[in-house]
Amino acid sequence: MSNNLIIEREKGLVELERRIAELRQVSAAQPLDMSSEIGALERKYEQILAELFGTLTPWQKVHMARHPARPTSLDYISRFDRFDELHGDRQFRDDPSIVGGFALLRSRPVMVIGQQRGRDTRENLRRNFGMPAPEGYRKTSRLARLAARLRLPIVTFVDTKGADPGISSEERAQSEAIATCLQTFSTARVPIVTTIIGEGGSGGALALAIADRVIMLEHSTYSVASPEGCAAILWSDASKAEEAAARLKLTADDLRRFGVVDEIITEPLGGAHRNAEDVVKRTLEVIDAALTQLTPLSEERLMEERYRKYRRLGEWQAEGLEPIGAQ
Amino acid sequence: MRHGSSHRPRRSERRSANVPKPERPPSRRLKEAPGSDAALWSKCPKCGEVLYRRDLAANLDVCTRCGYHFRMGAFDRIASIADGEFAEIGRDVESNDPLGWTDKRTYPAKLKSDRERSGLSESVVCGFATVGGFPVGLGVMDFHFRGGTMGRVTGERIARLFEEARDRKVPCIIFAASGGARMEEGMLALMQMAKTTAAVARFMQDGNFFISVLTDPTTGGVSASFAFQADVVVAESKAMIGFAGRRVIEQTIRQRLPDQFQTAEFLLEKGALDMVVDRRKLKETLVRLLEYAAHE
Repeated sequence: MSNNLIIEREKGLVELERRIAELRQVSAAQPLDMSSEIGALERKYEQILAELFGTLTPWQKVHMARHPARPTSLDYISRFDRFDELHGDRQFRDDPSIVGGFALLRSRPVMVIGQQRGRDTRENLRRNFGMPAPEGYRKTSRLARLAARLRLPIVTFVDTKGADPGISSEERAQSEAIATCLQTFSTARVPIVTTIIGEGGSGGALALAIADRVIMLEHSTYSVASPEGCAAILWSDASKAEEAAARLKLTADDLRRFGVVDEIITEPLGGAHRNAEDVVKRTLEVIDAALTQLTPLSEERLMEERYRKYRRLGEWQAEGLEPIGAQ
Repeated sequence: MRHGSSHRPRRSERRSANVPKPERPPSRRLKEAPGSDAALWSKCPKCGEVLYRRDLAANLDVCTRCGYHFRMGAFDRIASIADGEFAEIGRDVESNDPLGWTDKRTYPAKLKSDRERSGLSESVVCGFATVGGFPVGLGVMDFHFRGGTMGRVTGERIARLFEEARDRKVPCIIFAASGGARMEEGMLALMQMAKTTAAVARFMQDGNFFISVLTDPTTGGVSASFAFQADVVVAESKAMIGFAGRRVIEQTIRQRLPDQFQTAEFLLEKGALDMVVDRRKLKETLVRLLEYAAHE
């Protein structure tokens, strides 16, 4: 039993995939024409896929965002033309839950920074399940300041349950590290483009997400607290997470409506991991297009528009559900 | 009518007549029926001393025996810091219900009962006053309203405070007290971290001085945004300050944390704060800091 709802749903599909592959192999090795059988199985497969993943509830999206096979920051960064990783916060240590460095995106020099979770237990332990410690946020601030000094646009990828809530993180002032990150992104006089690729958990996600353009994958989530955390706070009952997920309005569509997200990248049926290469390619195209739009803006205009974007966000108004800050 | 005021003649005298009375919050820490004799007394949760309320108020809500700092209401705080007149801004900004939120109660019902109980319209009171003769912008959060959580109104009022202080070229002092971002407003609450950060950054880039005073408790989205962005970060004695709440950390590590963990004194030792100050010395400390920024 996986505790990921999406993996549970995928189990039967894996069996079907195996049978289709088997039939193809047999068909290739023998003179028999099995194309109708294969076709029938494939149609069935597509049909089940549509039934299982055609519409996802917010809670299912939370699980999709956490799917172990979902493309991570490094899956995107590795498709840049070049990447030279820079390490460390210069004060304490290098935090592997954040990767960053110089990169070329379609020949454009940029600073890229992303939250990095692991694919398996071992890597997750090393990367602390993608939950950055203060040194991770301090590395982020350092790289963002460096980018601003060299006039390099900043590209970030958000994928975290949240900032690390451990003892040592508190001792090294997690709050201050995030607060400074926010300040750095708010004042960096270069274009910033952020993509929410998986889970966007609370302030620990926002620390990398103050940007001129915020892009979000269709099945990613972005919320004030994790559904489990929210349920624990409000009902003192983490098992009400599903209900909290529905109430928090954490889907890409909701956030587009609120003006928190500017653009949504569609995912193949069943999620980004079913065709990661295509999703990564399209995402990089959208980031590149955003940078092409932002680069010609004067520094003053860029800063003014960023200020107005966040100044307007969550503006109180009588019709709270009207799009706020949407273009 | 609020029941607390008649028992606190000295406070009322110190409070300027210009501070509008109807906004006076009753303190929720005093759980007694209005008008009952119990209203005359408060028990210190730390040392158990039974304190005469008038003495407690005269001592700035600090236990006269052990020095325990009770959580202070926003207008009591303003009265203890401002020289006199306090001109509130952002009163016209009030909350609504952007997500149509319901858990045990609807969000509008929670807001309504907190307004009635606290006498506040939201979790922060912002405005302008003089402190030791220096004109300043003051933003005071109050834990008695939704646990001091930051929603859109909180963020909007703080952003306006910093924008107006920037125009006036006066320092800002923020008193933080918060459980973090407000769940019931979802991502719009989280985005107030970005909004306040933007306004604070502009204010500071112009060379204006920002002092943050962290009071019990300061956590989550507030500690991780404007509260820790100040030039000087002061904390009140024994205040609980952190990013993650104690309960969250204990659940994560499955251990009980030492009592000292996340106290102001602990953070001072770790290098996260500039100073820890007893509330009774706070005003004079702030005035001294303001003097350094106002030289020439």
